Amino acid sequence: MPANSLQSQSQPESQSESPSPPSPYLLEMRGITKQFPGVLANDRVDFNVKAGEVHTLLGENGAGKSTLMNVLYGLHQPDEGEVRMNGEQLSISSPSDAIARGIGMVHQHFMLVPTLTVTENVALGLKSDRRPLTDLPTVEKRITELSQAYGLQVDPNAYVWQLAVGERQRVEILKALYREVSLLVLDEPTAVLTPQEVEELIAVLRQLATDGRGLVFISHKLHEVMSVSDRITVLRDGHVSGETTPAETSREQLAQMMVGRPVKLVPDKPEVDVGEVKLVIKDLEVEGDRGNLAVNGISLEVLAGEIFGLAGVSGNGQRELAQAIAGLREAKSGTVSIDGTDVTNAHPSSVRKAGLSYVPEERMRDGVVSGFSVSENMMLLSRRESEFARFGFMRFGAIKEHSSNLVDRFAVKTPNIDTPTRNLSGGNIQKLILARELSSSPKVILAAQPTRGVDIGAAEYINEQLAKQKANGCATLLVSEDLDEVLALADRIGVIYEGRLMDVIDAKTATPHQLGLLMAGVAKAA
Amino acid sequence: MNLLAIVDFSVVEIFAARSGWSGFFTLSTLVVTIAATIRLATPFVIASVGESVGQRSGVLNLGVDGVMLLGAFGAYYTTLETGSPWLGLAVGTGVGAVMGLVYAFITVTLHAQQGISGIGIYLFGLGMSDLLFRQLVGTPKPIGGFEGLFEFSVPETRFDVAYPDLYNHSILVYMAFLLVPAVTLLVNRTTFGMNVRAVGETPEAADSLGVSVTRTRYSTIIIANSLAGVAGAALALEKGIFIQNITNGMGFIAVALVYFGAWRPIGVMAGSLLFGLVNALVLQWKTLGIISGATAQLAEMAPAAVTIIALVVVTNRIGQPSALTQPFRRGAH
Repeated sequence: MPANSLQSQSQPESQSESPSPPSPYLLEMRGITKQFPGVLANDRVDFNVKAGEVHTLLGENGAGKSTLMNVLYGLHQPDEGEVRMNGEQLSISSPSDAIARGIGMVHQHFMLVPTLTVTENVALGLKSDRRPLTDLPTVEKRITELSQAYGLQVDPNAYVWQLAVGERQRVEILKALYREVSLLVLDEPTAVLTPQEVEELIAVLRQLATDGRGLVFISHKLHEVMSVSDRITVLRDGHVSGETTPAETSREQLAQMMVGRPVKLVPDKPEVDVGEVKLVIKDLEVEGDRGNLAVNGISLEVLAGEIFGLAGVSGNGQRELAQAIAGLREAKSGTVSIDGTDVTNAHPSSVRKAGLSYVPEERMRDGVVSGFSVSENMMLLSRRESEFARFGFMRFGAIKEHSSNLVDRFAVKTPNIDTPTRNLSGGNIQKLILARELSSSPKVILAAQPTRGVDIGAAEYINEQLAKQKANGCATLLVSEDLDEVLALADRIGVIYEGRLMDVIDAKTATPHQLGLLMAGVAKAA
Repeated sequence: MNLLAIVDFSVVEIFAARSGWSGFFTLSTLVVTIAATIRLATPFVIASVGESVGQRSGVLNLGVDGVMLLGAFGAYYTTLETGSPWLGLAVGTGVGAVMGLVYAFITVTLHAQQGISGIGIYLFGLGMSDLLFRQLVGTPKPIGGFEGLFEFSVPETRFDVAYPDLYNHSILVYMAFLLVPAVTLLVNRTTFGMNVRAVGETPEAADSLGVSVTRTRYSTIIIANSLAGVAGAALALEKGIFIQNITNGMGFIAVALVYFGAWRPIGVMAGSLLFGLVNALVLQWKTLGIISGATAQLAEMAPAAVTIIALVVVTNRIGQPSALTQPFRRGAH
């Protein structure tokens, strides 16, 4: 039914404009070039989508995926190139142009208004039949029909702030379906979902494609890309580095196309004999920003020579837990001790003195002073040591030498050590933080989302460094939303859900399915 | 010249007929107090309900007071020249709308800092209204023909005969309080209102669905400033006079009342009435001689003190639009 209405919509347009034979493609983007100050974000990119297919756009952060899709959605104007739908050339200067042409987008950061209801969010921007008043009952009725047809269950009268992440995504898809889009772009739609939710999403996407829509799937998770795509286009440094299909390629090949060199996707897991307990968390309770109990009685121990992976959907207390351990947030009750020293509610400097190194989740906010130079950020921890300062004055010679050493040792790509840190890429900033944190030979490492938003090459390096520290007898608490990363690195895996530790599983026997159920709050499924 | 001295001569006259605490505890004094409260709250209701519309779309205007001054002068001068308070009211509204257009251009099109721009608008309004007054009028001249036109009469009942003060207000008072349900309806039940709420909360989301953030904010800013103009006009027409800085900071109180009312017209109205009540009581106690001398001077701080205390106690930020004071640029994060 929606497919028919789409065809009847598009045919008159293509007849009126082009005398040439009808295009086989629903969407054609030809020679798109977009220059930003200092960066060529898109360099003559060709990309097309047929009706009824899922076409994946794969690439690292900064490869130009978002720029290309923002051009399609009217958020950026291309410097060169053209966009065609059903053979007809379009000029899209705003999102409303894109919507009028049947292009829908599910943005990575959801475009929802939390204080409006689901129905209001869908109705936003639509013409009402009862102008100037809203006509919400009609919209609600259609939402119910659509959600039944595609298995997108959501309460139309709920406020968006009340919804879980997976439900919010359904609202985004419903918004697009309500507007009868013929082309739907999904930007990193699986980043925040549990494995079960990902499976459900992929089923919905396949159905949408079967109904005759064209889908653009943007992701960097290779196994999902392999399972959902009909075709795959890989972008690297702003240009197309290859086009292929899942049948013709492998995950390793895709990674190589993304990075430009062979990549080790699964890091070696060194076998290390575990030692004594280094990090003990006991009955910890921590309040969140709104006074809620974000961490609700967590107890865990991490041993020397072990990586303990803490998996979970974001927003389940990970941030508060990490901050409480690092001394950045008050613990309401319970204790934290590092290498035998009680550091509960201790000053961050005391926590560090006890042997903690902290790789924070918000690296630009909590990890570096973005306006400081590389060398200044390297020195933030050891600024008071006599080697680098005398009578409160910095010894620039020693500082320079030390920073240069670290930059070399941790392969931080920077023009020089005086470059402002904000000019570095995400991956290199993370390497800088790692260099600073690991050079102090820590006893416990707390690494929160260490590879999120980091390119594959840098992620590979960061994971190697964590494995190396483990071999040195360091106890590591790795907080990550990326199940693949947790499975690849950790020795034991705990799953956090609504501030509680659901279960702790040996990584050797853990499966994504089992972890996914725990992440969704389903207690010990077996 | 302070606010209370020019507030409401009729109220002063009525109060003056009695004296001391014995005069305070009478039914007729209560009626007069309520009447005065409503009358004194009127400019606040108009200005702050208007400002709440602007803030719901994410735009803060600290220049309300300046726009009120310009609206007051515009209404005063027009009435003085033409003898028609209706024409005066229209000009006051128009002056507000023009100031709204200017403020929208500065904050929406030029993406300027709202706090600083608003102070600029205030200083402009303060200086310009005074300059125009001196150049065009010179010495204060009262404007007349006002009471008769704006007097509101209700069907005669026994209650009416006994306490006509309760509802014999100018038509502006009734219009002001009708604004409350009108704006509530506008914000909650119309597509425009839904756009306003979305733009004030998550402008990127509204933009991605084809709602023009620019057009929505221009509209709300013009509505807010027009109403600030009306509030100023109401002030000048009620007094029948214009003097330098006639608002005496009322516009700033109006902005505070938006926060106090948690961005809801009904809450804003409640705040305005509370403020009107405190003003009325101070005025009344002074007139009745309950407080005098230095105490009376001190008591004049009561409205400001009550505002600050109320704002501290009612720190309800739940209704605050997330995008308040944040300029919107497409594609910028």
